[in-house]
Amino acid sequence: MDYEGPIQDLITELGRLPGIGPKSAQRLAFHLLTVDATDARRLADAITSVKERVRFCEVCFNVSEGPRCRVCRDERRSDEVLCVVEEPRDVVAIERTGEFRGRYHVLGGAISPLDGIGPAQLRVKELLARLSDGAVTEVVIATNTSIEGEATASYLSRQLQPLGVRLTRLAAGLPVGGDLEYADEVTLGRAFAGRTQL
Amino acid sequence: MRAYREQAIVLRTHKLGETDRILHLLSTGRGKVRAVAKGVRRPGSRFGGRLEVLSHVDAQLHPGRTLDVVTQVELVHAFSALRSDWTRSACAQTLAEAADRVAQEGERHVALFVLLRESLLALEADPRDPAAVLDAGLLRLASVAGYHPHLRACARCGAPGEHAVLHLDAGGLLCPACAPVGAQPLAEGVLEGLRVLAEAPWEDLDAWASQRDGRIRRSCAALVSSYLAHHLGAPLKGWELVPR
Repeated sequence: MDYEGPIQDLITELGRLPGIGPKSAQRLAFHLLTVDATDARRLADAITSVKERVRFCEVCFNVSEGPRCRVCRDERRSDEVLCVVEEPRDVVAIERTGEFRGRYHVLGGAISPLDGIGPAQLRVKELLARLSDGAVTEVVIATNTSIEGEATASYLSRQLQPLGVRLTRLAAGLPVGGDLEYADEVTLGRAFAGRTQL
Repeated sequence: MRAYREQAIVLRTHKLGETDRILHLLSTGRGKVRAVAKGVRRPGSRFGGRLEVLSHVDAQLHPGRTLDVVTQVELVHAFSALRSDWTRSACAQTLAEAADRVAQEGERHVALFVLLRESLLALEADPRDPAAVLDAGLLRLASVAGYHPHLRACARCGAPGEHAVLHLDAGGLLCPACAPVGAQPLAEGVLEGLRVLAEAPWEDLDAWASQRDGRIRRSCAALVSSYLAHHLGAPLKGWELVPR
């Protein structure tokens, strides 16, 4: 049997979120029923405003509140190095390292033949347009090390080679604090190939 | 239930939850196996790097209620060369897609496994025309999956000969008596091309692809694609993306 009216609507809507099944949806809905009206209102407002105010940056396609995202607005950052990533989440991951002071370009995914996603579905044309004025001297390809990410990196390197910019790829290797004996052959092999001079 | 060990090639993966993946494996002994690999998306996972698509692995699995769970993995062959080259990567993934479509869970199919491994090795050998290896692999895959194209005799009445009409539904050539009225005959050189793709040794594909003109190559490729699409029920998604 279903619940009456609004509570059932809420359960149905919550159940459509990724990773939330019917039981979790029911638990969340009943939790929301017991919390303060202000807390519930805050959640509702956050959801509405994320749909109204957040859009994609017109330069790098990161998520942004205005026409340009925080990274693109920051004048202290270098315009010479461009880091190409798959998703906006990757921008945040790289920003957390504090190692990179250049700009970003978000592709919006990776080439995946099995899902029918080709270069045309990604923001590759926009990337080429950004590189056309010659201001960028180095492009760092920071796609995932999955098969899709590697295919994307290979495709991009073929497209960008004629432009004469310096192309680099993030190193792949041993996780910090990891045990050598448990590293898999592929990772350890790439760590060897990309070893650095001491 | 007891754990079991299988040699398998990873056909495709989906993300599951925060750090897990669901794998479709083509195993030697149990046909397609769907399994969960826990924690493999976490950096520092013990076997995440070994379970990428196309990896040939020796895995230990525990039977679960709906999906089996991968507990140990040894790498047999990584096919790393195929990952770092976009054209060959697209070809290899399309082969994996086709194998994923025809393989059945719990149905042992060694020939399919051997064929997939052979075609991936042929791609890894850096052929001049990776798309020809893909088309050959697909046609042979159709053949081991039970859709063998009859290219030396009429598919309906069995009359031997180089018949001019190819019929997708009949599964091969049709003699003049069996062919439907008004059927388009194959262009010259196309039948020979299809036979090369279906039967010739892998290392001879390059020689064929380089001396035939592009039109014959393209019609053969288009026929292979429609043949597979017809018998598998839907076109292969990866095929369109392969640079030719």
